[in-house]
Amino acid sequence: AALTDGLRSQVSAALKEGRVSPTELCQRCLDLIKSTKFLNAYITVAEETALKQAEESEERYRRGQPLGILDGIPVAVKDNFNTAGIETTCASNMLKGYISPYNATVVQKLLDQGAVLLGKTNLDEFAMGSGSTDGVFGPVRNPWSYSKQYKEKSVPKSHSGEEESNWVITGGSSGGSAAAVSSFTCFAALGSDTGGSTRNPAAHCGVVGLKPTYGLISRHGLIPLVNSMDVPGILTRCVDDAAVLLGSSLAGHDPKDSTTIQDDFKPFELPDLIDVSKLSIGIPKEYHAPGLSSEILALWSKAADLFKDAGAKVVEVSLPHTCYSIVCYHVLCTAEVASNMARFDGLEYGHRSDMKDSTESMYAATRREGFNDVVRGRILSGNYFLLKQNYEKYFVKAQKVRRLIANDFVKVFRSGVDILLTPTTLSDAAPYTEFIQEDNRTRSAQDDILTQAANMAGLPAINVPTALSERGLPVGLQFIGRSFQEKQLLTVAKWFEKQVQFPVIQLEEVERHNSGVFQHQKSASFS
Amino acid sequence: AARRGCALWRRAGRPALGPFPRGRSAVACNVGGGAVPAGKSGLAPWIPVVGLEIHAQISSNTKLFSGSQVQFAAPPNSLVSFFDASLPGTLPVLNRRCVEAAVMTGLALNCSINKKSLFDRKHYFYADLPAGYQITQQRVPIAVNGSLSYSLCIDNKMSQMVTKTVRIKQIQLEQDSGKSLHDDTRSQTLVDLNRAGVGLMEVVMEPDMCCGEEAAAAVRELQLILQTLGSSQAVMAEGQLRVDANVSVHHPGEPYGVRTEVKNINSIRFLAKAIDYEIQRQIEELENGGTILNETRAFDSKLGCTVPMRDKEGKQDYRFMPEPNLPPLILYDAKSLPANMNHQQVINIDWIHERLPDLPSVKREKLVEQYGILPEHSFTLLNEDGLAEFFESVVKQTQMKPKKVIGWILNDLLSYLKQHSLTVKESPVSSFLLAGLLNLLEKKEISSTAAKQVLAELWKGEGKTPLEIVKEQKLELLQDQKELEQICQAVIDGQENEVIMMLLE
Repeated sequence: AALTDGLRSQVSAALKEGRVSPTELCQRCLDLIKSTKFLNAYITVAEETALKQAEESEERYRRGQPLGILDGIPVAVKDNFNTAGIETTCASNMLKGYISPYNATVVQKLLDQGAVLLGKTNLDEFAMGSGSTDGVFGPVRNPWSYSKQYKEKSVPKSHSGEEESNWVITGGSSGGSAAAVSSFTCFAALGSDTGGSTRNPAAHCGVVGLKPTYGLISRHGLIPLVNSMDVPGILTRCVDDAAVLLGSSLAGHDPKDSTTIQDDFKPFELPDLIDVSKLSIGIPKEYHAPGLSSEILALWSKAADLFKDAGAKVVEVSLPHTCYSIVCYHVLCTAEVASNMARFDGLEYGHRSDMKDSTESMYAATRREGFNDVVRGRILSGNYFLLKQNYEKYFVKAQKVRRLIANDFVKVFRSGVDILLTPTTLSDAAPYTEFIQEDNRTRSAQDDILTQAANMAGLPAINVPTALSERGLPVGLQFIGRSFQEKQLLTVAKWFEKQVQFPVIQLEEVERHNSGVFQHQKSASFS
Repeated sequence: AARRGCALWRRAGRPALGPFPRGRSAVACNVGGGAVPAGKSGLAPWIPVVGLEIHAQISSNTKLFSGSQVQFAAPPNSLVSFFDASLPGTLPVLNRRCVEAAVMTGLALNCSINKKSLFDRKHYFYADLPAGYQITQQRVPIAVNGSLSYSLCIDNKMSQMVTKTVRIKQIQLEQDSGKSLHDDTRSQTLVDLNRAGVGLMEVVMEPDMCCGEEAAAAVRELQLILQTLGSSQAVMAEGQLRVDANVSVHHPGEPYGVRTEVKNINSIRFLAKAIDYEIQRQIEELENGGTILNETRAFDSKLGCTVPMRDKEGKQDYRFMPEPNLPPLILYDAKSLPANMNHQQVINIDWIHERLPDLPSVKREKLVEQYGILPEHSFTLLNEDGLAEFFESVVKQTQMKPKKVIGWILNDLLSYLKQHSLTVKESPVSSFLLAGLLNLLEKKEISSTAAKQVLAELWKGEGKTPLEIVKEQKLELLQDQKELEQICQAVIDGQENEVIMMLLE
């Protein structure tokens, strides 16, 4: 089994047949994490507990009683999910050193399935950002910056010509998870998706990023950004793996999260032979957003043609309120942020300032020292929107528009469209030096534009890596499905994935660790 | 005056502000709500307006949104779940029992129950509010538009009772906060989160009352109702029932005056005192040319007056926002109940309605009707926990007429218990023993003087029956003519000299 293999068909089988042991697998991942440390994908690597979990898994395999397909599979979790005994920081000074006494439901479910938790991945502070550049532990570097593909194509821009200034961002805010999956340091990772935070870095890092329907996966233990939009996201190497994670452990009712579905979720496997000829694919015209690169536009229509050629109906549709989405998103997001962040006062947990003049001055100093500018800015504007005199003008209005946006989708799906096909990002990943020219708010407004409407409407959406750009960087397309129709969404995504044959990243570090076995075509893992 | 049945107040004689002298509350209300007496000073009379906001702690094993236990006086911070401490990532899960308690209370207070109610976040920073917000029901509470009837007596005579009604604006479910203990000498604040997240019902009463006595009677009736329902233990001393009073005064025909909020009232007696003091203070303030500030005042029970509370953060904007982690609270009735619904997952209002126990007003009516006792006696019976049951139990075990039994219950039993600060349950004389005693009296085996003697012996709780005491102390009434004659003869024979002296006189 290679580090680059898919779960169901390859790794799980290899584990079962004893061709590789969980400890071996875990150790290889840990080694790779070390040699790719420069990516800054992980905030905490839980080497000791991971190896212990791997040993326990190994024992289960030895007894012939593995817990399921995820038993012994090394995974990583974004550092805004609570993990008992392992630091949970949200990449913020506020929670540096914070060790939660409990596991998030999704983390617990992964552990219950025998998965091996390698560590916690980097992000923008409290998941507020679209670059994974604004965390207290520094920016995450996109593994593709160091790929053969990118190196060959990128012409040094400036006089320096140094590789150092050329590296590109991962996107965000789940950039650490995307980089971890993309560099093969884990087989799957959890992210979170509030406005695109799973799909955006997935697109930039060339991995699959699934944002499930709101309410399908428990948020208990996910440190919230916007409660009414947050969804745990799944980042994997291929669509099949996303289905494995969703079905075998994550989805379903959680008594600890009152917003999860009441009904039981039936796990599913995706078929290998997929017929898309009876499908109707919608192309929302509003997603021809300003700033959309011509490259991505071309790729988008090529993708539409793929479906057309396979006999599917491809129709242009309209989601007329899309253009208001990002503004409303910001009002609702900052309002909830202002509320959610109120608990960080330095009393019960987290950072506490030494300021002792009064309780109020201690609060103020704690929050000033604990939060970065982005977080404080959102708290400030959120509180402004929630003021008595502004509440109707901003918050209520934004909620009403949110309803209209959700209704846009309902209408389109009611008209017979099964799946919407859109770009995930406006362009490929920007070099870090370029990206930081703009402030976080502007960047988020640009970068979330294609993704956050799905969060406003609570719909499932997935990024499928599609091709490499002229610069040798990944570009992905997004599929948006009907509420709770993950199976249909993933089936279409899997078909598309098979058609496009997205190339495997060629990383020196991976090749070293994987010598000999790496020659596999990635498509092998889909079969 | 648009107020319903509210009295008009005049400035009391004493000019200076200060603690109320005893008996001052006799100025109290004209409960009849009748004509306005002319003022001696010739100044326009004042109409006091009193509204109440009552927080009743829900009697429930666990908190409103978490599984932590609810228990009074547990060791500090021993009943705190991750959610109660607002650990990041925790979510509220609504406690079904708390919802049922609120529905019961709403029904008992004649409210309409909202089939769909919503939860909101109310933000403010305080050390004993770990999340920085309280989850409450600001927009759509669980119950609205109810009423509460209560009775009070006129001129301290139990024989003249008046029934009044106060409108209930709403009942909302909300979380309690923790407790802050300020240690001024070491300038530190200690926080106990045991109470944080305990379920409260906030009952908002319209300003339909006009004096402390009315407010006290209304709260007492509410307390009885909550205790009858079991929705709250409603013990004020333990903070299970917290009453804040909004008080203002105005002249007839004029708009309401600026109101103050009086807090920190921990008994019904103090409630009446605090309100009457505040009314008087406002009248004096206004008549001296002052103004009333819209402020929060605390009642100082030692001084018997209200004092301005240190305003914590000035005027607050609570920045209300819908609680995104709780879906709307949907309740059903027999009509709207979906057929395929799991009964564990739904709350049926009609089902709760059918199972409501008799409310105090109904119980009183039944007592009056069944036993022929006076209405005011029925109030006394219900005001003491367990007394009505005790009375009924005695009645069942004795041939004595209930009308006579009530005298023994109210005059003898109750006054003894009060003297010794005992509850009915702690009474050394059980209903069985009292009934036995009353039976002896009823059968004319003892005189009522002897009965009191036996009762005095019974209080000692030595385990003797009334009959044993009667025998021991030879208290039987003698009804045998011959025996009586013999006794008399024996007395005469034994006192020969005295008899002769009497005859000689």
